[in-house]
Parts: sequence; structure tokens; C-alpha cells
Amino acid sequence: MIKYLLKKEFKQILRNHFLPKMIFIFPFMVLMVFPWAASYEIKNLNLSVIDNDHSTYSQQLIQKIISSNYFKLTDVSPNYNKALKSIESNQSDIIFEIPSDFEKNIVNRQGGKVMISANAVNGMKGGIGMTYLNSIVMDFNAGIIQELMPAAQISGTTPTIEISTQYRFNPHLNYRVFMVPALMVMILTLLCGFLPAISIVFEKERGTMEQINVSPVPKSTFILAKLIPFWIIGCIVISIGFLIAWAVYGLIPAGHFSTIYLFAAIYILTVSGLGIVISNYASTLQQAMFIVFFFMMLFIMLSGLYTPIDSMPEWAKWIAAFNPLKHFMVVMRSVYLKGSNPLQLMNDLLALIGFAVFFNTWAVISYKKKN
Amino acid sequence: MILLLMPVIQIILFGFALSTEVKNTEVAVLAPTNDDATSRIIDKINASAYFDVVAKIHTTAEIQPIFRDAKAKLVIVFEDHFAERLRKTGKAHIQLIADATDPNAATSFTFYASNIIASYQQELAGSVVNPYQIIPEVKMLYNPQMIGAFNFVPGVLGMIMLLICAMMTSIAIVREKEMGTMEILLVSPMKPIYIILSKITPYFVLSCVNFATIMLLSVFVLKVPVAGSFISLVIVSLLYIFLSLSLGLLVSTMTDSQQAAMLISGMGLMLPVMLLSGMIFPVENMPVALQWLSDIVPAKWYISAVKSIMIKGLGITSVLKEVAILSFMSIVMIGISLKKFKIRLE
Repeated sequence: MIKYLLKKEFKQILRNHFLPKMIFIFPFMVLMVFPWAASYEIKNLNLSVIDNDHSTYSQQLIQKIISSNYFKLTDVSPNYNKALKSIESNQSDIIFEIPSDFEKNIVNRQGGKVMISANAVNGMKGGIGMTYLNSIVMDFNAGIIQELMPAAQISGTTPTIEISTQYRFNPHLNYRVFMVPALMVMILTLLCGFLPAISIVFEKERGTMEQINVSPVPKSTFILAKLIPFWIIGCIVISIGFLIAWAVYGLIPAGHFSTIYLFAAIYILTVSGLGIVISNYASTLQQAMFIVFFFMMLFIMLSGLYTPIDSMPEWAKWIAAFNPLKHFMVVMRSVYLKGSNPLQLMNDLLALIGFAVFFNTWAVISYKKKN
Repeated sequence: MILLLMPVIQIILFGFALSTEVKNTEVAVLAPTNDDATSRIIDKINASAYFDVVAKIHTTAEIQPIFRDAKAKLVIVFEDHFAERLRKTGKAHIQLIADATDPNAATSFTFYASNIIASYQQELAGSVVNPYQIIPEVKMLYNPQMIGAFNFVPGVLGMIMLLICAMMTSIAIVREKEMGTMEILLVSPMKPIYIILSKITPYFVLSCVNFATIMLLSVFVLKVPVAGSFISLVIVSLLYIFLSLSLGLLVSTMTDSQQAAMLISGMGLMLPVMLLSGMIFPVENMPVALQWLSDIVPAKWYISAVKSIMIKGLGITSVLKEVAILSFMSIVMIGISLKKFKIRLE
């Protein structure tokens, strides 16, 4: 029986003039375009400089900042208010002000001062810009101290701790490496979540549901027949994802493909199951779409895709723990970047299996043949 | 019902939960020799809000598994005989090994860790202030506490309004087509513009209610103040709602099934709005081609206007450009919808 049902489902998908196109075009579009957009990589911050000193030191310092690669000089203002205007009009992100007598005070052993004002509407960006600027000033300062302080005074007085930093898994701090696996998860979620959600409700609206309801098809078989096509589509989509990640971004998982397929297989069942549950309860297409949309937004935003889970408040972390998307996101990133294997990801595996069983049982139960 | 409830839940959840601040990062420590200097630094790190020391390890071989099992994001490796070296030679070495899977978080927390270590060094140096020290005075404009909600509320506002409005209207006309009631409308003496406007009106009212609830929530629950003029915020928002509804209509007149209309307005709009609007990722960092592409995303202009008015507290004059672009977009969209609106029976 399931064979015929599957045949019906596949025909319904393939003969729809819109769906097959969407299934292929969507992953391409997302993976080709969005990794370039989804970048927090903060460089070329627009800098507005106020130099009240016009001395060798202030020139050197500004030169040092501009040649650092992180900043682009977009505005030179005579005073703070002018500089603030450039921030208001989004021409610059950060103001660096050197007070008058900057050089004189340093040479006269009174210490120097600089003012940094960052646009912190986006706290992350402002914070990082400030961080960069701060460390450049420190660096510059170290040079000056070397130059001015008598050699005898340097050694002996202050013990120095040298700090060296090593970045593991992503040594060049490349944001795309971080985003591409996550975007693959997004594509899978959107396709395998939205499409099943409309599949049953669509039949309800069309009236073809009645024919199924009067047929001897068991409930679980019907649901299974709805799930399998999306499962296959999901596997195709993720394979396309692998291909694009490799061809365009040169990304190959550090771990095993089989690990990803294993998790993806369970994950697709989870989201499709959720979609079908919604489809069972909704009576119109519009309703179904709004509910799915609501859940998708929640899942995506609380998945750690954009903002780290670690920065969330405790209660949000709890919600995130019940978010299948979060678990799969962790898996994808760990397998791609760290080369983890299923044993190390046991928690996520168990959680995903749990979700899959839960949603699909619910899908079977909530499907009622009576009207 | 769900239309009114959805924005409420979303704005609250996202307003509170979305934040990019680094805090409570798990740290593991590798200190071969346990002495006063290492334990002092570890205490300092543990005491800061940024870090939690969760593990002490003893060999370098343990570092990799710790990262793999996601037990810690940062490993601080001290040299052996750290305190002794520091005393005798005046030089000691610390290595920070970061899990850079998330590059930005890694940059921030290694910076914080270095700062804490540097402050310990200052402590050692005693109260003697270096006469050549340059002290940066830092001011975070508009958002001194760097609260995530300040950045996300305008973004979520822009996204929710656009998506809900577009999804609502996108099926309005298609539905009539599918149901067959379109014929009745077409044979009536109604002009297309009236049909379209009357389609928009109920949703417009609904969206205004949504906007009002979101504003109330963000001001009173999320404590994001409206720094600028409230009136100009309302004006820009009404314009934006109208634009979003017209966008939905446009989708509606171009598709012939509810399914396609919904998928385009739901899925098709969601990603571009999320990624290209500057809601999460700063547009300025994108490649030029994408910046250009982001110019046609209405949410980008709206979010930028809301940020200017609400957070920076600027007046309507500073967002004239945004207002002009949004108005232009709505006119174009209504125009195309009218043009595409088929008055012929099929």
C-alpha cells in the first residue's frame, strides 16, 4: 500500500510546477549568496579622527591605526560635534580624538590621554571596534615607553607576562567557515519544515483528504508516505550543500560525511514530523503557514546561528535545549570544524532521536480520519 | 488571534535572548606548577563576569578533547614554574588557546582574558604609574551598557512587520482566485484600485495594532527607550506597514496558487530580510554586490530609520532619505500590482 501512496506523493511534488524548482534553486541561492552576507567579520570600520594636537606622535598614532587594516579613515573633523554628526549620518562608526598637548604631556612625563567614542547601537560592533583601537593604542604606547624610558628602568622594575594566542579549528578566524555549515542546516529546516506543513492541509483544502479518509490506508502508513518524500528531498538537498561548500568555499568536513548523514536523517524526520503535526491541526493553508513561520523563527533565532547560546539568559538556554535546530547546528559545526564523531555528540544524538520519535508519534496520533 | 500573539512572543523572546555579549565563557586552565601567581590569575579570571573556570587539566594532550566535547572555549596555558620565572627573570609566558569556531566570540574573549592578565601585571608593578602611559577614555555612544536589545528591537520590528504583513496580504487575492470569488469581483463595476485598497485596509488596521503592541512591549518590558520623536517613528512605521502590505499584494497578483504565494512571501522573504537588512549582520561589511542587493530590501531602510529615531534620538529630518526610498518603493509596488491585476476572466 505504501508503494502506491509514495507514488502519489512523488507525483504531487514533481508535477507541481513550482516545488521542484524551489527545491533545487533555494539551496543554491542561499549558499551562494548568504555566506558573503552573514559575516560578523568586523574590519574596515569607518573612523572619524579629531586631531587637536597635530604633533609627530599624533600623526604617527593615526598612521598606525589606518595601516592596521581594521579601520578606514572616512572623516577628519575639527571638533567633537562635527564628528558626532558623521556618526549620526552613519558615515563613521567610531570617533578617535587626540587632545591638544598630547605629545607635550607624554614627553613631560604626565601621561597621555585619547578619547574613543564608538557607536554602540550595535553593541558587538562598537565593542570590537573599541577593542581593536584600544590594542593599537597600547601597542603604540609600548613603543613610546621603549623609546623614552631609560633602559635601566625598564628591566627590573616591572615583570612582564608575555601572552600569545592561538586560535584552534579556525586559525584565520574566517567567518564563512562558521556560517556555511549553519546555513545548510537552515536550508534543510526551511524546506523540510515548510513543505510538510502545507502538504496535509493542502489536501484538506482541496478536498482530496476525504478520499484518503474513506480508504483503508492505516494512519501510520499515510504519515509515513508523507514523510519519506521529504526525507529523500532533504538528503538530496544536503548533498547539494556539501557540493557547494566544497566547490565554492573549499570546505570539507573535518569529520566524517557519514556522521552528518546520520544526524541529518534523524533531523529531517524531526522537522518534517513537526510540520505534519501543524498540518494536522491547521484547517487552512494560511493558518499552517503562520504557525510554521512562528516556530521557524523561534528555532532559528534561538539556535545559536547568529548569537551564541552562551550569551543567552538561563531561561533562554532551557528553551534552546528543546530546540532541535540548535542540536543539529552544534553537530554540523562540530563535525565540519572540529571533526567530532557521533560518540562525542551523544547528547545531541539522543536529543534528536527523542524529538523525532516524539513529533512523529504525535503526527500519527493527531491525524484523525473523522471530520 | 495568532497574528496578534505572535509578535508579542517574538519580541519578548528575542529582545531578551538575543545578545552577542560574551559572558560566562567556560575556561580550562593548564598550570603545571601551582603557585601564587597562577592561582591569583586564575582567581581573577574566575571572578570576572566574562569567565567561569570549569576545569583544571594537566597535560597538553587534554586540550583537544576539551574543545571537542565543548567543555570549554578557552584554555589558558601557563609556563611551568610560572611565579618563579616571573620573579627571577622578570618574564613569564602564558598561552591562550581559543576555540575559534565562532571567530568573533573568540576575538572578544581572548581580548578580555589578555586584559585581565595585564591587570594582574599592573598589580605586580604596584601603584607606580608609568609616566608615559597613554590612557584611552572610552565612551559607548547611544548604548553605554551595550545592551543587545537596542540593536535587536529595531531589527525584529522590521522583520516581523514585513513578514506578517506580506504573508497576510499575499494570499488575499490568490485566495479569491482559487476560490472562484474573483470572478464576482471582476464582473462588478469596482475599479481594480478600489479592490486592492479595500484588500489592504483590514490588514493595515491589524498591523497597526501589532505595531502598537510591539512598541509598548519594547518600551515597558525591554526598556528600550524611544529617544527621538514618537510621532516621526509612527509616521515611518505606518509608511513601512503600507509598503509591506503592498509587497504582499504584489506577490499575490503574480502567483496563481496560495501555496506558491505563501512560500514566496514566507520563505522567500524571511532569509533576505534576516540577512540583508542589517538586522543582525552589519551591511557595511558585505561585498559591494550584496550591499547593492540589500538596497532593495525595504527592511534595511526601515531598520536604519528606526535606529536613528529610536536609539540615536534624531529627528525626522535625518531620516528623510529613508522615508523617500520607502515611499518610492510602495508607489512602485502598488503600481506594478495594479498593472499585473488582470481584469479579464481566464
